[in-house]
Amino acid sequence: MAVDFASWRRSETAPCPSGGAQARKQALAEALAAGLLAGPAVLLLLALFLLPVLAVFVIAVTDWQFGARSLSFVGLKNFAELFADPVFRRSLVNTVLYVCIVVPATVGLGLLIALLIESGPRLRAFYRAIHFLPYMATLAAMAIAWEALLHPTIGIVNQTLASLGLPTPNWLRDENTVLPVLAVIGIWQGLGFAMVLFLAGLKAIPVDLYDAAEVDGADATLDRLRVVTLPMLGPVMMFVVIVTALRAFEVFDTVKILTQGGPAKASEVLLHTLYVESFEFLRTGYGAAVTVVFLFIVVALTLLQARILDRRVHYS
Amino acid sequence: MTFGVVLRDITKSFGPTPVLRGVSLDIAEGEFLTLLGPSGCGKSTLLRIVAGLETQDVGTVSIGGRPVDALRPKQRDVAMVFQSYALYPHMTVGQNLALPLRMRRLSKLQRLPLLGRVLPGTRALAGTIARDVAQTAAALEIDHLLERKPGQLSGGQRQRVAVGRAMVRQPEVFLMDEPLSNLDAKLRVAMRAEIKDLHRRLGVTFVYVTHDQAEAMTLSDRVAVMLEGELLQVARPRDIYADPEDRRVAEFVGSPKINLIEGRVREAGAVDVAGTTFHLDTGLGRGKAVTLGLRPEAFGAAERAGPGVITGAVRLLEHLGSDLYAHVDVPGQQAPLIARLPAEDDAGPANGGTLHLRPRLDHVLLFAPDGRRLRPAQARRIMPLPLREPA
Repeated sequence: MAVDFASWRRSETAPCPSGGAQARKQALAEALAAGLLAGPAVLLLLALFLLPVLAVFVIAVTDWQFGARSLSFVGLKNFAELFADPVFRRSLVNTVLYVCIVVPATVGLGLLIALLIESGPRLRAFYRAIHFLPYMATLAAMAIAWEALLHPTIGIVNQTLASLGLPTPNWLRDENTVLPVLAVIGIWQGLGFAMVLFLAGLKAIPVDLYDAAEVDGADATLDRLRVVTLPMLGPVMMFVVIVTALRAFEVFDTVKILTQGGPAKASEVLLHTLYVESFEFLRTGYGAAVTVVFLFIVVALTLLQARILDRRVHYS
Repeated sequence: MTFGVVLRDITKSFGPTPVLRGVSLDIAEGEFLTLLGPSGCGKSTLLRIVAGLETQDVGTVSIGGRPVDALRPKQRDVAMVFQSYALYPHMTVGQNLALPLRMRRLSKLQRLPLLGRVLPGTRALAGTIARDVAQTAAALEIDHLLERKPGQLSGGQRQRVAVGRAMVRQPEVFLMDEPLSNLDAKLRVAMRAEIKDLHRRLGVTFVYVTHDQAEAMTLSDRVAVMLEGELLQVARPRDIYADPEDRRVAEFVGSPKINLIEGRVREAGAVDVAGTTFHLDTGLGRGKAVTLGLRPEAFGAAERAGPGVITGAVRLLEHLGSDLYAHVDVPGQQAPLIARLPAEDDAGPANGGTLHLRPRLDHVLLFAPDGRRLRPAQARRIMPLPLREPA
């Protein structure tokens, strides 16, 4: 929320004809009240977010191991080691690939489903609900269900493929299929979220605009999309893209449960590397360096997207 | 006479709710016709049916002599101005104006963002489009706004852009759905004059929807009064006011509202009304109920009570500068009568005082209990009275 602090301060210190002392007293009381009201949130933010981030930055330049009683400053050694490490590089590339599959597919399919639901009056609530269910479900539990579906011999996916005479890959144990399959699960999970936001965005488009477009001659589906729907969905689109990208960068549950980064690091992703280094190998300093890189990417991406999209997005 | 728009027996229901009940209307080419009625009377739906944005359940629409029922809005050669203006907020004013032309003149391929520009012919067409947009913008004096987005414009400017977008492709029929109701009162009066002027310059058919009687009266060649999905009367503005066909028309048009007084026929040529007797020919038999409609300006002051004089207590006086409206409580009447009196009359009535009013009998409108206008042979009058703005 944008708060106009400048004008707030002005009004606070504005000269009062009925006595400066009283005005000052009132201003003080207001400031105190503001502090009290914002206080709990600020404390929580500090304790749960800012201080841990600071701690991560500090640990990243040390050789601390989880549980160790001593640590020493090592400078950027962790980072140097990191970027020389083929596992980390693989993990970085995999994560970027995963995001590049998940974001366009989630946004595109979410929009498509939202448009389909919005265009037909029948069973809207039903379609909305079934597409939103995966988002509500616990991903860890759903991952196990997916594992059963994708089982190389008794899974329904391969049994169906086999009955059609098609090849039956071992989806989660094959270097070539594992990342796309994880991406499909990610898309399946995030689709409902994108769809619900797009539905809300579609509802907010004034019907008059479609009428005007129809009278003006833009009545074909693609013309309507280009003239009215997509531009008017700009702000929602920006939000969905950013949130989906951030969630995709954070992919962890499915990897941890289904593949543990395998086979041969083909599904190793940043958060999984971070987890393994920090909590399995207990190399906390090294893990913190991975975290710093991860944070850097996420923040940079957010800023970049906000900047690019903000310029092309119309806010009415 | 050639007809711009012809509607035959248009019927439309939304679910179980009937919105239009068999509306037939002939609108002459080049005519300015206003659909006037309260909200929910179906006037906007009728306009949308003419535009092709809604489909009628029954009935036919022809524009320029050709049936258009099977045609989509863009094929009907109509342009529409919406109450909300419906400008594309992400496009500049120039792009807004150009869109209808781009959609008509450029092929699907030529409209593509990058490829379109290099296709043969696109550049020449884009040139003609830019020229037409510039011409329209100049005519509406919005040429300095072409680079701006609608969000940066004032209400009046947006309204002009909306009109411009309708005008730019020179349609056969202009449809306007309450185009002025989002403007403030002062601007509304100014834009009213501009729309009238626009109609004169373009000379094409205008169908204009409004609930504002002042707009309807000042702009139109003819006014079609609608109520509950029916056309009650289609006539010139002054006939709508002075010669209404139906009690509901008389009630809807005119501000302050027409006074309606219940009376009973005493004998041929005499009606008992509000404690007095009027010498009026109603054409009805003895003892029949009749409603007298009296516009506020149909009263004159009388010296004392007597036959043909209504006497009551002044409840409220409204000085409007040029006029004085007296609200008078009359025994046996639910609502007070409102009479317009000359304002300069210093010796006029006082609040709470008694006022004697003598209606001009040639100004009385008679209505049957079912709301139908009664026109006995002798009762012919025209009221050459000025229209006024609602106070």
